[in-house]
Amino acid sequence: MGADHDHGGDHRHPGLAEDLSLSDPARRLLAMEELLVEKGVIDANDVRRVMDVIAARAPVDGARVVARAWIDPAFKLRLLEDPRAALAELGYPAVSGAMLAVVENTEAVHHLVVCTLCSCYPTSLLGPPPDWYKSFAYRSRAVVDPRGVMREFGLEVGEAVEVRVVDSAADLRYMVLPRRPEGTEGMAEEDLVALVTRDSLVGVGAPNQPAVNS
Amino acid sequence: MGGVPSEDPIDRSERQLMEWERRTGALVDVLREKQVINTDELRRGIEAIPPDEYRRLGYYERWSSSLEILLVEKGLLTTREIDGRAAAVGERWG
Repeated sequence: MGADHDHGGDHRHPGLAEDLSLSDPARRLLAMEELLVEKGVIDANDVRRVMDVIAARAPVDGARVVARAWIDPAFKLRLLEDPRAALAELGYPAVSGAMLAVVENTEAVHHLVVCTLCSCYPTSLLGPPPDWYKSFAYRSRAVVDPRGVMREFGLEVGEAVEVRVVDSAADLRYMVLPRRPEGTEGMAEEDLVALVTRDSLVGVGAPNQPAVNS
Repeated sequence: MGGVPSEDPIDRSERQLMEWERRTGALVDVLREKQVINTDELRRGIEAIPPDEYRRLGYYERWSSSLEILLVEKGLLTTREIDGRAAAVGERWG
């Protein structure tokens, strides 16, 4: 598919060949984009520029924040109390309109993040949410049976640990500060970053364990 | 959605978003940036989709439906214009 596709001379959406056949809503979206450019509501380069911004966001940004909080207790306190200011210290600008709250996992409490309404997610730090985060199954079950959901992701949270499910909304999005794995004392910050998984920032996973040196 | 009974297992498969899905996300961000629409309006548009259709549509397809409702409502585009252009897009892209 793609190579034998006649795009004609009017190739305004480079990259779309990968999409195979477009659904009706997809065609209508592309149509709206073209019309908005022609009417001067948006500039021709706006969408590409923002696509690049979005593509640059990835869970590693959240992982950097977590690693810093693990090694710097004063930063951790600031992160929990005033995430906006703490993130600015690391060079992550505030995203207008959306507050970010950071919830800390401890020996006693484990947090799981969901958006039951739709898909609110800390995209400024983690990039776009995975499909499962947006799925009906996750959104409906996370609040009813969080332990069962986490088990499906391979995370067993002990019965003695309280599970708190936090429900994101457009104006308030949550990121989990996972527990620092044991055996990581003295590890360099950049090595800690590598242990922090996206799933641990949502609460459906734990950070990776450090490789054991023999 | 929260608490609606479901026994369905969670499909944890990962995939890259398709080009048109990434364009949709970016277009919505651009329109928010320019204060043409806001997040609450986008959600109102999504929630206006009838339940059966809501379940049938993909995630970004719902965004597309919502955006169309809002842009027509605001008088920026007409349904007829979008119909015509969507057909042309379809001919170009299949």
